[in-house]
Amino acid sequence: MTTPKITIIDTGYANLSSVKIAFDKIGADAKISADADDIRKADRLVLPGVGTASAAMAKLEERKLPDLIRSARQPLLGICLGMQMLAEISEENLGEKDPEVKCLGVIGSRVSLMKTGDLRLPHMGWNQIEIQKDHPLFEGIRNGSFFYFVHSYAMNLGEWTAASCAYGASFTAVAASGNFMGTQFHPEKSGAVGSKLLKNFVEMQL
Amino acid sequence: MLAKRIIPCLDVRDGVVVKGVQFRNHEIMGDIVALAKRYSEAGADELVFYDITASSDDRTVDKSWVRKVAEVIDIPFCVAGGIRTVEDARRILEFGADKVSINSPALADPDLISRLADRFGVQCVVVGIDSYYDKELDRYCVKQYTGVESKTCTTAWSTPDWVQEVQKRGAGEIVLNMMNQDGMRKGYDLTQLKLVRSLARVPLIASGGAGAMEHFRDAFVEADADGALAASVFHKGLIAIPELKDYLRKEGVAIRD
Repeated sequence: MTTPKITIIDTGYANLSSVKIAFDKIGADAKISADADDIRKADRLVLPGVGTASAAMAKLEERKLPDLIRSARQPLLGICLGMQMLAEISEENLGEKDPEVKCLGVIGSRVSLMKTGDLRLPHMGWNQIEIQKDHPLFEGIRNGSFFYFVHSYAMNLGEWTAASCAYGASFTAVAASGNFMGTQFHPEKSGAVGSKLLKNFVEMQL
Repeated sequence: MLAKRIIPCLDVRDGVVVKGVQFRNHEIMGDIVALAKRYSEAGADELVFYDITASSDDRTVDKSWVRKVAEVIDIPFCVAGGIRTVEDARRILEFGADKVSINSPALADPDLISRLADRFGVQCVVVGIDSYYDKELDRYCVKQYTGVESKTCTTAWSTPDWVQEVQKRGAGEIVLNMMNQDGMRKGYDLTQLKLVRSLARVPLIASGGAGAMEHFRDAFVEADADGALAASVFHKGLIAIPELKDYLRKEGVAIRD
């Protein structure tokens, strides 16, 4: 089998290089691009994200990417904000009148500010995931593994929840719905176990 | 359970890692990339790089090594030093850093905190605070330009006021450098740390004074810090990270495997 071609979708925001470096380290063939052909022809797509949902969606629109992403048939992994953008709606629209941002809508979920009670926000650091469903992403990864999280908004629990995480309330740590997957944590920053998850993503048969 | 973070800090000057005592008399500790790799493999939860000359020299942190660091480690790292604009921060994040930390430039231009938070999200924006306890005034004061002794000055901000101000402006994390204790290895200033903890709704990282494993325990258990940052004890091999993590686990602190 030839090495799958991975396109890391260039959302116009920073922090793409660490994702690319992480794929390079596991010997995958990854490139950063916003080109429609690179997206259509890739065997795997990665949607990274840093920033706010409203700004990131605006960037995707500007680059005419939303429909291209929605029509993807190959495995797609959203990371952090990239995962949240797969949802229907995000409430992360700082400073705007309309409190809701319409996202890509490929997962029927909703993203809201985390309800953490007395706990600090952002939820920043290493936390454990609870695997809720068998999924090829978790091959060789044990329940309770620590991953690196940095976020204040999170996706609600639902049929898409493959793994959850508890910080105050529980939220979706790994979402999976058909070919659309996402991790709230940063696998590219989660040491050996994160690297394993990326390898699983590259090698999975869906 | 969210783990407490052990964070080796690498002070960078002219492309090498250095360490001083109370921010003075810097000695060379070693190569940036080699140290970064060593700490990452030893189980550090995060790394911080401070280009301690950058702000006072009026130049931006040299970025070529940021990329090299990103290529060898797979844990988060934060870069500080002379980040004065959104563009400065963007470049550093693009090189693979996860967060930027601003200190002196935030004091010179507090709105910079908000501009960075708007653009990159609060989780990317760390504010470092160099806090000095003035015995005569019985007051915690915020210092600026601590990288170079001759340029260091005391600002009008008291530490508690500045802690509240930076949060209002969008800081996603605070690193509290307790200067009186820096490099002394006698423990963190728990009184100050608890005071700032009571005011900080964002993650708080203790910095300055770690000399023994108990000091880390105290910062986590007594003062509820989210992370503890230390330099000399790690660079000089006085504390090994795996043993520190074992010790903390036995003390009931949540620590990453």
